[in-house]
Amino acid sequence: MLAVSAPMPVELDEPEVEDLTFLEKPWVTIVWNDPVNLMSYVTFVFQNYFGYPKKKAERLMLEVHNDGKSVVANGSREEMERDVQAMHEYGLWATLERAE
Amino acid sequence: MSDGFHRRRGGGVVATFTGFEGDLLRSLASQIVELLRSERAAPSSGDDPLEQLLDMSGPTSEPDDPVLARLFPNAYPNDDEAAGEFRRFTEGALRDSKAEAAVGVIASLEEAGLPTEPAGLAEGDAGDLTIDVELDRDVAMSWLKSFTDIRLALATRLGVEEGDDDYWLALPDEDPRAHVYDIYQWLGYLQETLVEALSRSR
Repeated sequence: MLAVSAPMPVELDEPEVEDLTFLEKPWVTIVWNDPVNLMSYVTFVFQNYFGYPKKKAERLMLEVHNDGKSVVANGSREEMERDVQAMHEYGLWATLERAE
Repeated sequence: MSDGFHRRRGGGVVATFTGFEGDLLRSLASQIVELLRSERAAPSSGDDPLEQLLDMSGPTSEPDDPVLARLFPNAYPNDDEAAGEFRRFTEGALRDSKAEAAVGVIASLEEAGLPTEPAGLAEGDAGDLTIDVELDRDVAMSWLKSFTDIRLALATRLGVEEGDDDYWLALPDEDPRAHVYDIYQWLGYLQETLVEALSRSR
């Protein structure tokens, strides 16, 4: 691996936004609806673990509740595996997959 | 009967339980511990016996028990190999942390004055003993997770589905499932108050 002491200015083509998103956030964590977990608890977990503001946590919780699932995070595969493991520790039903 | 958790100064919570309720919570928590440790989280992958013997990292296939399968869901529903790898590296740690949380519930109850030996308290004479359980935020968080595990376990055993409250509430009193459902709902109530108390104390 190269150690670079100072950044060198490089001409880059403007990347397509979609490609960039795909490269940076290729995996997603999905939380699925279940008949047991309380709405207040699911919201609390999203706030507490992901640090989401209450409004966003509630919106994601309602997506889970009404649509059966919600994408709650995206990132590298390793990051998403960490998040899924954390969701399982909280008793939420979570899976990960490649972003569409 | 306990009116659930309340916020305390400094970020903690407190709840008062009768001896009967304390005994019940301890019994549920210890059943979870027993379950988590019963079906060994042993590696079961591969056809090579040598590989199996040397592989001490964790299981790769879904647990047989439906409760354990719910507590440790398949992280990659469309990729068996990735699912097995994920399980191998996470299930052992998850089992440990869930068992630790349940053991913590039992410890908090006994620290609060629940006699170590169940006193055989019947619902009628529960008035004699009440305990005030005070939890700091970290311990309260592990109670919250443990309540979730216990509720998931009870609901899986009962076969609870979305929106089927009427079915359970219509069961005759002599049906043992009616009693289990009451406990399940009571835990839901306690958890609701715990979430509320923790949300306010942030």
